[in-house]
Amino acid sequence: MNGETSVNAAESAMPRSAAAPSRSHLPALEATNVTVRFGDRVVLDVPSLAVSAGEVMAIMGPNGAGKSTLLLCLALLRRPTSGEIRVGGEPIRWGNDLLPTRRRMAVVFQEPLLLDTTVQENVALGLRLRGRKEAEAKESVRFWLERFGIEHLAKRQARTLSGGEAQRTSLARALVLAPETLLLDEPFAALDPPTRASLISDMKEVLRETGTTTLMITHDRDEALALGDRVGVLVAGQLRQVGTPDEVFASPVDAEVAAFVGIETVAGGIVINQEEGVAQVEVGGQIVESVSPIRAGNRVLVCLRPEDATLLKASDREQMTSARNCLRGTVSRVIPLGAQARVVVDCGFPLVALVTRRSAVEMNMAVGQTVRVSFKASAVHLIGH
Amino acid sequence: MDLIWQGMGQAFWLVAHGDREIIGVALLTLGVSLSATILSLLVGIPAGAFLALNRFPGRQVIVSVVNTGMGLPPVVVGLFITILLWRNGPLGLMQILYTPTAIVIAQFVIAAPVVIGLTIAAIQQLNPRLRLQILALGASRWQMVALLLREARLPLLAAIMAGFGAVISEVGASMMVGGNILDETRVLTTATVLETSKGNFDVAIALSVLLLFLVFAVNLGLTLIQQRRRPL
Repeated sequence: MNGETSVNAAESAMPRSAAAPSRSHLPALEATNVTVRFGDRVVLDVPSLAVSAGEVMAIMGPNGAGKSTLLLCLALLRRPTSGEIRVGGEPIRWGNDLLPTRRRMAVVFQEPLLLDTTVQENVALGLRLRGRKEAEAKESVRFWLERFGIEHLAKRQARTLSGGEAQRTSLARALVLAPETLLLDEPFAALDPPTRASLISDMKEVLRETGTTTLMITHDRDEALALGDRVGVLVAGQLRQVGTPDEVFASPVDAEVAAFVGIETVAGGIVINQEEGVAQVEVGGQIVESVSPIRAGNRVLVCLRPEDATLLKASDREQMTSARNCLRGTVSRVIPLGAQARVVVDCGFPLVALVTRRSAVEMNMAVGQTVRVSFKASAVHLIGH
Repeated sequence: MDLIWQGMGQAFWLVAHGDREIIGVALLTLGVSLSATILSLLVGIPAGAFLALNRFPGRQVIVSVVNTGMGLPPVVVGLFITILLWRNGPLGLMQILYTPTAIVIAQFVIAAPVVIGLTIAAIQQLNPRLRLQILALGASRWQMVALLLREARLPLLAAIMAGFGAVISEVGASMMVGGNILDETRVLTTATVLETSKGNFDVAIALSVLLLFLVFAVNLGLTLIQQRRRPL
């Protein structure tokens, strides 16, 4: 990113906030009862989704969840089987010419999909399609090339760029249009980790500065957390949960969302006692305490992140801990993961804990070993059945 | 071997001395084949783009017919065009049989499937998501098609070369619908056949060399356009 760009240039070339003032109370992008079917198969079923003006919404989901289909519908590039899409409050009439509405948006795909010409010409493409004046286009293009740190590549042929450079060009090509709504289809997925981290950081800054309403789809939780003001989880074509990152990551609404947001221990149990906001749950023959208002008698799913569980040797009885839960169990699997190891402990139900590889070695962690697992009641999330 | 050298010498002599008959035949050949090629491009590129970018019932059948048409024998084309343009035929009133126009029509029928088929292939080899990306950047449908054709310009130039090559080298259709009439419908290929049948091998070789030179010159121009981009 070029931090030395002049303020004046930035003011003249940067897009301003999304929806028209008279409609600012309306969502910039809205889907109602949108379904897409391939034959008898329902690949997308979204009763309601609204992206507010200036908001960055990240929709995450596993491969095949229908994310790209949702994005294509919202980008007006695919007609849903049923349902309504509104852009800036105006309903889309699919039989009509959608070009004026499409020109209020821009889409960046996972592949940069650049034309076989120079970087500069690629970035100017959308402006040329709109018949913008040469001088005006040139200034905007230069601004966005600088903004994404690729001004030195302006004259280069697009086919000679690296993956990161090509995706920067693709993002500049979209943002130069000052779109009211920006739709991102896994734009960082094909990049190597350092390039990806740098581009996500730049993109976060750009979105903050421009205030562009953005809908991004991704299968990567970290990307969603890094960029999303709100996140949604799409599983099997259904938008299971939408909320702030804290809400979704801490309180998933079902087992599949929990699994997707990184909760690896999900076990069924029943609340046997409720006292002062702490629920006692019988699960796999053990009692687990959770900070939860769910009343006794209810069936629940007990959810725990692997990083919230601490492993202790079974013999470390003197080791004191403030954690409300301390379960005995037997190590059933140890999976090395680089500097860390994932340990599956059979506590009557499979509980997954994440430990450093060094700890695993020091504790002689091996299959069949008896251990104790401790975790706080506040780390346990209960999902009511 | 001597005969070939003799023929080469004869070709050079005929062109160098501006042999009116030979120059006339060469110009007619170029005029007829370039007209047929240009017509086939005007029809073939839009038709190929339409078939490549749209899905509708019967499309596969049409594409199969086009692909079959890419190998259409010129004599078969000549036969059917002759029947159509024959005095008593459906288009007999036009009275264009044995004129250069008839040869252009026949050569158009030969070149059009080649151009359509190669245009379909040229567009379909592009990344299918490129079309969505172009639309997503605010292109109208026509702008999208124009940009896709621009992206496919290298294989499209190959389509032009293939179309031109198919018509300038054919003899059967030109002979049948043109009649090989001196100063009217005699082209290099039909003249070569005639001279060979008369035993004038040196003149036939001269005509062949001239034909090869014309094909080479046109293809050189197209190849220079095709290959002008810098290597990676």
